[in-house]
Order: sequence, then C-alpha cells, then structure tokens
Amino acid sequence: MNERSLWDWEYAFDVLPELVTAFLRLTLGITAAASLIAVVLGLVLALGRRSRIRGISWPVYGLVEFVRSTPIPIQLFFVYYALPATGIRISALMTGIIVLGVHYACYMSEVYRAGIDAVPKGQWEACVALSLPPQRTWRAVVLPQVVRRVLPATGNQIIALFKETPFLIVIGVLEMVTVANQLAAEQYRYIEPITIAGLIFLAASYPTSVVLRRLETHLGY
Amino acid sequence: MLQELIDAGPLFLRGVGITILYTLLAAVSALVVSFVFGLLAMSRSTVVRGVTRAVVEFFRGTSLVVQLLWIFFVLPQLGLRFEAMAAATLAFALNFGAYGSEIVRGAVTSVPKAQWEATVALGMGRVQRMRRVLMPQAIPEMIPPFGNLLVQILKSSSLLFIVGITDLTFEVNQLRFELGSLPAFGIALVVYFVLAQLLLAGMRFWENRAAAKVGRGPRAVTVTADPQAVAHT
Repeated sequence: MNERSLWDWEYAFDVLPELVTAFLRLTLGITAAASLIAVVLGLVLALGRRSRIRGISWPVYGLVEFVRSTPIPIQLFFVYYALPATGIRISALMTGIIVLGVHYACYMSEVYRAGIDAVPKGQWEACVALSLPPQRTWRAVVLPQVVRRVLPATGNQIIALFKETPFLIVIGVLEMVTVANQLAAEQYRYIEPITIAGLIFLAASYPTSVVLRRLETHLGY
Repeated sequence: MLQELIDAGPLFLRGVGITILYTLLAAVSALVVSFVFGLLAMSRSTVVRGVTRAVVEFFRGTSLVVQLLWIFFVLPQLGLRFEAMAAATLAFALNFGAYGSEIVRGAVTSVPKAQWEATVALGMGRVQRMRRVLMPQAIPEMIPPFGNLLVQILKSSSLLFIVGITDLTFEVNQLRFELGSLPAFGIALVVYFVLAQLLLAGMRFWENRAAAKVGRGPRAVTVTADPQAVAHT
C-alpha cells in the first residue's frame, strides 16, 4: 500500500460514481423526506405549544425539550431496536427518515415560535378589532408574515439536517458516508472515499448557505 | 430485571463518565477554537479574514461524521497517528469551534457602535478595548448560544462509539442484550436529557452572573415599559 501515491486519481474516479449515486439516491432523498416532516410537524408542534389548553401545550413542550436534548444516534437505536418489542416494525431507512424528521421538527417548532412571536402585537389587536375569526387571523395575517421571517432559518435547519444524515450509519442505512466507509474498508484505502464524501457535502451545503445569507439580507432581517 | 440493572450499573456509570469527560474536553477546546477563529475573522487584514472564513466554512460545510472518520482513518494513512481521545477532541474542537466562532463574532459586532467609537476617542489600544469594553458586554450575549452549542457537543459525543470509544452509547449497545432494548436505550435517553438540562441550568446561572457584572442584572428583574427593549438588551 505504501508505494501508492498520496492521492490515487484512478481509485478516486473508481469510487466517485458509487458515492455520487448514493448521495443522489439516499442522502438527498432522506434529506427531502425528513425536511418535509420537519417543516410540517414543526408548525403543528409550534401551534400545539401555544395552545391555551395545558393538556396539549405541556406535553408538547416536554416532547420538544426532550427530543432536542437527546442524541440522534440513541433515538435511532431506540426506534430501530426498541420499538419492535412493542410490535411496531419499520425498516432502517424509514426509521432514519422519521427520527431525523421528528428531531428537526422540534427545532423547527422553535423557529416557528420565534417567527410567530415576531409578528407585532398591533396586528393581533387589529384582527380582534376587525373581529376576524381565529382561522382567518392565522391564514390571512399571521402565517404569511411568519413564512417570510422563518425562511432563512428553515434553510439553515435543512442544511443542518442534511449534514446529519451520516448519523444513520449507526443503524446501517446505506447513505453516502456509509458507502464511502465500506468502500474504504474493502480496499483499506480511506483517503479518497472519505475525502470525496466530505467534498460532496461541502459542494452541496456551501452554495446553499451563501444563497440563504443573501436571502436573509434581502428580506431585511 | 432489577438485578440486571444493578449488575449493569458500573458499566453504565463508566460510560456516563466517559461521555461527560469527552463533552467537557471537547467543549473547552471548542471554546478556545471559537475565540481564536472569531477574533481572527474580525482582523484588519483581508488575507487573515479570508483564510479564517475559508477554514470556518470548511468545517461547517463538511459533516461531523466525515471529519471524525477522516481524522480517525485518513490521517493515520498519511502518517499522522493520534490517540483516540486526542483525535476525537480535535474533530469536535474544529467542528464546533467553527460554529462557535460565529457566535463570538456575532456577539462582539452586536456591541453598539458608539462603544467602539468611545474606545477610539479614549485612545484605548486594541487589547485594552477588547478586554475592558467589548468582551464584558459581548460575553453575556454569547452564553445562551454557547449553551445550545454545549448541548450539541454532548449529543454528538454519542458518535464516539463508531470509532470505538467506550462512551455511554457504546456501553448501552453492549447492555441491550442483557437489559432489553427498550429499557437500555430508554435509560440512555433519560441520562442524556438530564445531563443536557444540567448543562443548560449551569449556563443560565452563568449568564445571569455575567449580565449582572455589566450592570444589566438578572433578566427577571429588568424593569422596562417596552417589552421589545428587554428582548434586545
């Protein structure tokens, strides 16, 4: 192995297609599916936490705090190994998507909460004065402003989620980093696969965060 | 069940101990990296700022797992061999330090501009200005985001087992056959939750102390007519 050069281009090009395929098929797929859960469930959790009924707001508060302060790998293990004991059996891939989705939904609920709190109080009062029903207050006045405010933060959460897809390695989901790790172990040559995996992450996340920063200044926050 | 739990106790506690040790080691080194990168990012030299920016974006942009694997498996092939503990601390310090440097930079730049100008007018040097005026005001601002980062570090310590370090996650993985998956991972989740809450409580205490030192008092007793003003102080 020692006579091989520091960086073997031939080997790098050998592993590249497999890594890119794994990235496009799994890493991006998992990110998209989990983000969808996070964005939708996050709003539900944020509204639940604002509920005036304590039977709703307290459990939601507890759940959000608990999920946010416990590690994703243990949550993955818990769902993957412990749930089957209660009769629920789901695949590793589904486990990964659900755990990442719910984990980030809890973060998203905080993002929404900040966005909702930022809507000026006068607007709520105006809605009351106009006797708009709560549904219309939310749909026509509050949510359009919330969406604009939470957009950059949502993007950041999705990038963070994206960079945590390799955590699924712990339950053996074949996303890009797991594939890179396996290829590396087969050849006992780690430099190229792991470096390429890192560069693919960088290539995907850096431009997105630049766009988000632009968006943030553009929206004026 | 109870007997098994008692038998598992020592291993479990050892795992908890290693998790705490790593979290503290990683937190302290990440804090150092945060301040170094954060202050360099505010340098007057364009080159220094550019290089710092690139390094920070690099560590923020490539996933932590990749960095961990890189330090563990690639560096030894390049002839750099670290002890597991040192390697993990290095990976965490650089990754979380990159995030932390943004916290430092953000907090220092959030100190009102007039304060900068006043230090210039008083003829203070760069070091004196930082130590006496800017840092004391910036630090209370940094504590809440650093608290969140600390919880992130604690949570990410659960990845150490993939490189063979016997932290809490590793021990729980061993014990799950004796204890059963549900109690083993359930207990682990609760332990992480309790540790995170302890860290956050400590940070809140520190935040109030730091705020009091610059005359802002504990937030709970701030008296003001405008609720928006509280949010911005």
